[in-house]
Amino acid sequence: MLQAITKLASLKNFYFFCGKLLPWFAWPTLILMIVGLYWGLVEAPADYQQKDSYRIIYIHVPAAWMSLFVYMVMATSAAASLIWKTKASEVVANSCAPIGAAFTFLALATGSLWGKPMWGTWWEWDARLTSELVLLFLYLGYMALQSAFEDKRTAARATAILAIVGVVNIPIIHYSVEWWFTLHQGPTVQVLQEKQAMDKSMLYPLMVMATAFKTYFATVLLMRSRNEILERESHTKWVQEEREHL
Amino acid sequence: MINSSQHALKILLWRDFTLAARNKSEWLNPLLFFVFAAVLFPLGIGPDTTILKQIAPGIIWVVALLAALLSLDTMFRADYEDGSLEQLTLSPYPFALLVLGKIFVHWLLTGLPLILLSPLLATFFHLDVNATLILMQTLLFGTPVLSLVGAIGSALTVGLKRGSMLISLLVLPLYVPVLIFGANAVAAATAGLDISGHLMLIAALLALALTLAPLATAAALRASIG
Repeated sequence: MLQAITKLASLKNFYFFCGKLLPWFAWPTLILMIVGLYWGLVEAPADYQQKDSYRIIYIHVPAAWMSLFVYMVMATSAAASLIWKTKASEVVANSCAPIGAAFTFLALATGSLWGKPMWGTWWEWDARLTSELVLLFLYLGYMALQSAFEDKRTAARATAILAIVGVVNIPIIHYSVEWWFTLHQGPTVQVLQEKQAMDKSMLYPLMVMATAFKTYFATVLLMRSRNEILERESHTKWVQEEREHL
Repeated sequence: MINSSQHALKILLWRDFTLAARNKSEWLNPLLFFVFAAVLFPLGIGPDTTILKQIAPGIIWVVALLAALLSLDTMFRADYEDGSLEQLTLSPYPFALLVLGKIFVHWLLTGLPLILLSPLLATFFHLDVNATLILMQTLLFGTPVLSLVGAIGSALTVGLKRGSMLISLLVLPLYVPVLIFGANAVAAATAGLDISGHLMLIAALLALALTLAPLATAAALRASIG
């Protein structure tokens, strides 16, 4: 078992492993995106109060969920790279940061677009908005630190420590802004609750979109990881052979 | 062994204080910045007493935070450049403990003077005696957190030539909770509300930072030294 993992952790093997996994995430992403978007934007009924504006949740809510999820993936692989010094986990952690930042930005931007007609303002210093903004800063800081180092391995160690410090801080930041007067609505989707606050005709497309975002993340993560491996290993023989092969 | 690491810590503290005494600008300049920057706000906003009173807690806390940020770059740099930091990692004593010692010296030179100077700023902003005392209390619990969390950022960037700008990008998001609790405690005190909850939360942040930050800083320094 351990042997299989260490074998996979070599960048060359990981490159081909990612390549094999890629279609298993790329095709479901395409299908789920089309189904989810059609279902959510066309089929699902309009809200009795917000009319069609509510439909932005099919992008906004999955993006907001992913913004935290990606950080967790990033911190987990950062921790793995600190503990086992595996290069593959360094690559995964590095590839997570720009994707996570993009999801966070998307959540903020769509929220702002929705906020203007609904709350009458583009921006409000509300708990969730503020902690999402701080999360974006954490991602940007991570990327800035990563690009400041010339040596990839030193960069990986430094950014890994920063990612773990960030994980300890995210709940603290979240709760410290929580007690402010909160304009944002409370969590609506609670799977374990018997009585759903959201009607099934709206909830199901949202779930499809959430899954589509997850597989999209996996797809892009695999692609970015493959790119970074090629960049790191560009001097090696197998990469040059791979280039000729193409 | 415990005695000997205590002894090593004592020597380290003595050395750092001696160095600081001979290189005064390193810790005096952030203090001057603290006063100068705070004075700019009444000049920019206007001398209206009620407005100044209202924004005072936030401004004093933000300026304190920026002053702490300015002093971070020098925390490990000289020791990194002359190689003494590398010697410390090779010593048989727990590295995180020695790092904690260095952070303590940093706080004593930058954090403590901020607390002692804060009544002066409170007078500029027309804060009453009670609010000033609360401000000093929040700074007493809050500034060590600034030094401890800042040390992580300082350690991560110590190997870089132009790290000072990067430190602020890394550390400022992590300072958000301290700022919120610190500034709002003073604001609540001015409004006559109970602030024990705020103080306890800042103290909790301090306890957490005190236990975890030296370990993260030590790991970051080891990564920077390579």
